Amino acid sequence: MKLSLTKVVNGCRLGKIKNLGKTGDHTMDIPGCLLYTKTGSAPHLTHHTLRSIHRLPAMAQLTLSSLAEYHEVLTEYKEGIGKFIGMPESLLYCSLHDPVSPCPAGYITNKSVSVWGVGGRVEMTASKFMAIQQALQPDWFQCLSDGEASCAEASSIKRARKSVDRSLLFLDHCLRLQEESEVLQKSTIIGVIEGGDVMEERLRSARETAKRPVGGFLLDGFQGNPTTLDARLNLLSAVTAELPEDKPRLICGVSQPDEVLECIERGVDLFESFFPYQVTERGGALTFSFDYHPNPEQTLLQQNGTQEEKQYVHQSKEMKTASDNQEVTSFEINLKEKKYQEDFDPLVRGCSCYCCKNHTRAYIHHLLVTNELLAGVLLMIHNFEHYFGFFHSVREALKSDRLPQLKELIRRQASGAWHTGLTSR
Amino acid sequence: MAAAAASPASLESAPRIWRLVAECGRSRARAGELRLPHGPVATPVFMPVGTQATMKGITAEQLDALGCRICLGNTYHLGLRPGPELIQKAQGLHGFMNWPHNLLTDSGGFQMVSLVSLSEVTEEGVRFRSPYDGDETLLSPERSVEIQNALGSDIIMQLDDVVSSTVTGPRVEEAMYRSIRWLDRCIAAHRRQDKQNLFAIIQGGLDADLRAACLEEMTKRDVPGFAIGGLSGGESKDQFWKMVALSTSRLPKDKPRYLMGVGYATDLVVCVALGCDMFDCVFPTRTARFGSALVPTGNLQLKKKQFQKDFRPIDPKCACPTCQKHSRAFLHALLHSDNTAALHHLTVHNIAYQLQLMGALRASIMEKRFPEFVRDFMDTI
Repeated sequence: MKLSLTKVVNGCRLGKIKNLGKTGDHTMDIPGCLLYTKTGSAPHLTHHTLRSIHRLPAMAQLTLSSLAEYHEVLTEYKEGIGKFIGMPESLLYCSLHDPVSPCPAGYITNKSVSVWGVGGRVEMTASKFMAIQQALQPDWFQCLSDGEASCAEASSIKRARKSVDRSLLFLDHCLRLQEESEVLQKSTIIGVIEGGDVMEERLRSARETAKRPVGGFLLDGFQGNPTTLDARLNLLSAVTAELPEDKPRLICGVSQPDEVLECIERGVDLFESFFPYQVTERGGALTFSFDYHPNPEQTLLQQNGTQEEKQYVHQSKEMKTASDNQEVTSFEINLKEKKYQEDFDPLVRGCSCYCCKNHTRAYIHHLLVTNELLAGVLLMIHNFEHYFGFFHSVREALKSDRLPQLKELIRRQASGAWHTGLTSR
Repeated sequence: MAAAAASPASLESAPRIWRLVAECGRSRARAGELRLPHGPVATPVFMPVGTQATMKGITAEQLDALGCRICLGNTYHLGLRPGPELIQKAQGLHGFMNWPHNLLTDSGGFQMVSLVSLSEVTEEGVRFRSPYDGDETLLSPERSVEIQNALGSDIIMQLDDVVSSTVTGPRVEEAMYRSIRWLDRCIAAHRRQDKQNLFAIIQGGLDADLRAACLEEMTKRDVPGFAIGGLSGGESKDQFWKMVALSTSRLPKDKPRYLMGVGYATDLVVCVALGCDMFDCVFPTRTARFGSALVPTGNLQLKKKQFQKDFRPIDPKCACPTCQKHSRAFLHALLHSDNTAALHHLTVHNIAYQLQLMGALRASIMEKRFPEFVRDFMDTI
């Protein structure tokens, strides 16, 4: 594979990764995102409903936590996870964990890392890990790593150091095992940058990992709470400065639009798309604007709209606590609210997703109130489409040197309160 | 007990909405075509049930792609949430759920049987206590028709006094005669005869005499179609077939016969042989959500360990998107996750299974090999 940068503006990298996949003819745009999946399937969506979404990412993210327990099944299947899940055409990236479900701490040893599936804990040494990857045959996979020293809680220097040491040992071991595996010649190992919130360790991790023949880098453990945001962004900049320009940088745990932009400005290329899923699960629809084209009338309307929404959101924030510790953001509307009962507009006017072209807010509201499965399906379709549209607009803005306008637009819509990802956990 | 004074509040010659295309000749099976406001429907037909203005997890587009041209909505549920006024504002149920083909709404009466602890039946109607807000509502024949008029479905059902088929004694007779009186009230209250077809529902439980009396009276009313009600609720198969056969023998040949609540493959095949044209049942879609896939030999409980490494599709002969793309093993894994997509894959397949079965039945009738088809079918099950 080959990463070509078209331009770099203010630290933001615009470009393409070419020659991807088993046949070497896939391309990915950066900055971009990966399709979030659960147990190998986009949440709520069958192939039929998934393919109706425009601008689907070329690469989907699988999680080892959901698939490790099917090691035996996949070994017997022989033909790889892509075919098994019915996505033989898609590029596949296998991460260790699911960004939405935190995993219990305290299970990493010098020899093994554990993931949690429905059947319980799956402990993996480097050998077992690589055997599983042999059965999966993904295009990219996150190397076995120790991600316990994250920025979320202040890590002791000792623990941060250990996370770097262990991850490098795992990496070297996995690289050796890869050499011995014919099947895995076509899969790319993504090196993982660890080191908690300790600058020295982060730099060491970056430099050392960069020395290895990895295909790209995963920036792990940059989540935390708002008070440490600046420090963590700083850390991020310092880390990416150490990484080679011609290899992709992925980050995990960051998916909200404002945080995505901050990371792009600090040299990150690829993101997970679990944020639209989280919004879906709380009955929300993404409505934030990413139309940065200067149009005074429109800007005024947008501003007013944002004001109203902001006011309303502040009111309702007191009353609402979304599930799994996620706060409702200003990027979305909550379709459960009574005010949508007779709203016959689409979720977002002008959106070309299946849901907006065919259904109304009132209908989605009804589906949510009656606990119908279709609510999740329709919201997921819209939220993915909206989110992928946002990434498209980021690339377009970079192309036409308009990222500051887009950033300002997003910033105005971002809520001032707690986020997840970069700013809380 | 004397029948209600036979002054049928009849419709002026009701439209003939069904035409015969082919007859079996060796059984009562018929192939036909319904002509409804939202398009033609080939019969015999299985109508999936989308209770609350949705076919559970599948989109209108997916349902259309499966070849479904008529499905059900439930007046009781929709009458409570979101309510007829809102649906009317949304251009009727078709507009609200954006379904371009036909809809059939039941009257809300069946909930009398299934939610009996919350209801009380009088001559006036059924008093329900809403499970959502505790409010009391009266579902009368007039109110049921009024709601269904607002919903705008292509076929609407009379409000009938339904008793479970396991009930015996005078209540069955009372309910039968009341259903006739309620049919007349529905006919009188129906405001949209040009756009919506009101079907009568034959009652009488498992009593041949009562059923015959009901048939005699109701067929005097010139409604566009007849349903056979009060069955498929716990009675023995023997009694079930008998009542269906009795009903079809006395129903007019040139009007569609709708057997309510029947959806198991074997029952469908037998009842088509007995002369029924239309069927509905929650079974295929409900069982899908429990991880059960319908196949010619019965069903596959895909959550079971035996399917963990089964890399075949649910049914190699099935043309549905699920079988085209996915293996039992993948569905097994997905069913054990919390990704609802698993349920949708099975819902798609089970609906396809039912529609494919009806299609096959119809073809066999048209090609004069229906009895052979039935024999093969029974051998496989």
